[in-house]
Amino acid sequence: MTSARLPWLPFTASLLTAFLASAASAQTIYVSNEKDNSLSVIDGKTLAVVDTIKVGKRPRGITLSKDGTQLFICASDDHAVQVLDLASRKVVHNLPSGEDPEQFALSPDGKSLFIANEDSNVVTVVDVPSRKVAFQVDVGVEPEGMDVSPDGRWAVNTSETTSMVHWIDVEKRQVTDNTLVGPRPRHAEFTKDGAQLWVSSEIGGTVSVIDTATRQVAKTIDFHIKGVAKDRIQPVGVKLTDDGRHAFVALGPANHVAVVDAKTFEVKNYLLVGRRVWHLALTPDQKTLYTTNGVSSDVSVIDVDSLKVTKSIKVGRYPWGVVVKG
Amino acid sequence: MSGWWIAFQGIVAREVLRFVHQRERFLGALVRPLVWLFVFAAGFRAALGIAIIPPYETYIPYETYIVPGLIGMIQLFNGMQGSLSMVYDREMGSMRILLTSPLPRGFLLLARLLGGVVVSVLQVAAFLLIVRLYGIDLPAWAPLTVLPALLLNGLMLGALGMVLASTIRQLENFAGVMNFVVFPLFFLSSALYPLYRMEEAGPLLWWLCSLNPFTHGVELIRFALYGQVDGLALAVVTGATLLFAALAVRGYSPARGMGSRAPSAAG
Repeated sequence: MTSARLPWLPFTASLLTAFLASAASAQTIYVSNEKDNSLSVIDGKTLAVVDTIKVGKRPRGITLSKDGTQLFICASDDHAVQVLDLASRKVVHNLPSGEDPEQFALSPDGKSLFIANEDSNVVTVVDVPSRKVAFQVDVGVEPEGMDVSPDGRWAVNTSETTSMVHWIDVEKRQVTDNTLVGPRPRHAEFTKDGAQLWVSSEIGGTVSVIDTATRQVAKTIDFHIKGVAKDRIQPVGVKLTDDGRHAFVALGPANHVAVVDAKTFEVKNYLLVGRRVWHLALTPDQKTLYTTNGVSSDVSVIDVDSLKVTKSIKVGRYPWGVVVKG
Repeated sequence: MSGWWIAFQGIVAREVLRFVHQRERFLGALVRPLVWLFVFAAGFRAALGIAIIPPYETYIPYETYIVPGLIGMIQLFNGMQGSLSMVYDREMGSMRILLTSPLPRGFLLLARLLGGVVVSVLQVAAFLLIVRLYGIDLPAWAPLTVLPALLLNGLMLGALGMVLASTIRQLENFAGVMNFVVFPLFFLSSALYPLYRMEEAGPLLWWLCSLNPFTHGVELIRFALYGQVDGLALAVVTGATLLFAALAVRGYSPARGMGSRAPSAAG
């Protein structure tokens, strides 16, 4: 009886600390501005830009370290991944990244960074503690989207020109399978349980849902917005809620975020946001979604419960990546 | 005091009854803005959103933008309708009965004016209901917060209608009002397009739109729908209401305006 109850203890405790943490510290949103070589810092409560941090050239993909104290930034034109200390808001050191890093993903243990090198058709894997390149894997032409499965077994990369998802077996350090998807795949995102991989195709105008076990496309989702030409519908960023209810898809120059029922794969709604919506980020409590709108240089705020856009906030020029620190 | 109240009730009730009994008028008052909403706004859809201007906090489709303008349109036509029925009452003689009341003329006119405003609020309420069913997003409290703006804007346009009624001698002349009052007021305003668009088109158009009191009436309604007050619009609409009301009272004074024609009728 006691042994059966024990596993709940750490779970309850972590839930409690998570709750206390979210109640105690307000949320902060970090946005990379591609043209301004800076990060905009937004206060989650007042929804105002409270700081702008100068970083390397052409910052695009950004991600938080697992302990939430550091932010990794792809400084594409500096050919480096910068590490920003969030407390001091200063770049503390660079990580080697290979050429033109665009997107990256952190392994579940937070130790390996998988970086897509757009210009050199490789994925570079960096060991974060030693700040050294662990290995490189050849993939298709123009690699972009990156994610690591929750169990850490697979690292996936999408290559824009080859229109494929490359499955990298992390143990074997090589590509063991490929899945053909719609033209110009931009972004890949595993579901929380790792059973599915959602991949957006910018030119194809679709999102492919891939079954992880078979690595076959299980479902292709199409988008239609009344009054918007089909060729403007260019899916890029994808975000899935942890409860498996919603998938949000940024539709680029269509200026809308699609709300997809993640169980039935039906598109339920299209939400109007700023121009050329690119990437998305959910708050840890899953109540708010932030979008970066590149051309209109702002960030739109979406209330997940009511599925309504509540506000748009001006940031730097061409906002690209976004993360929320809880 | 109760005599005043009875007179007030009587005049307002007569306006509302007149409105309720004329189904075509109610339908007409609704169909006009709805045609604009379903047809004109559909043609101008702007599915990609229009730029953010206060009081909006994010991007909106054109249908959302045009709603306050169409509310203004309902009140504008209602004001003109009030003016038309005033001319009609005068020709039919019922106006004379009203004005023979011992109560002050200004009070009688105000009651008549409020009767018209009540009717316009009923029309707007029906319009807002359809807008909601159509799926246009407005704050939950919008129908309540917009009430003071509706009252003020209705008074302004009703008073303007009275001024016009006092200067129009025959019912037939009324068609000119459409051409020279309603169309310029409506099209040279922020009802259909944001003023920055007009600024791009040319400074003259922008100035005309900015000076148009109807623009400020629409902006007052627009901000009120979102629970906000536009100070400039409030000042302009209040000023214009007082000005038109003063002109209306003057137009109906026995010594001038309509009253000055009394001798020929009496003689």
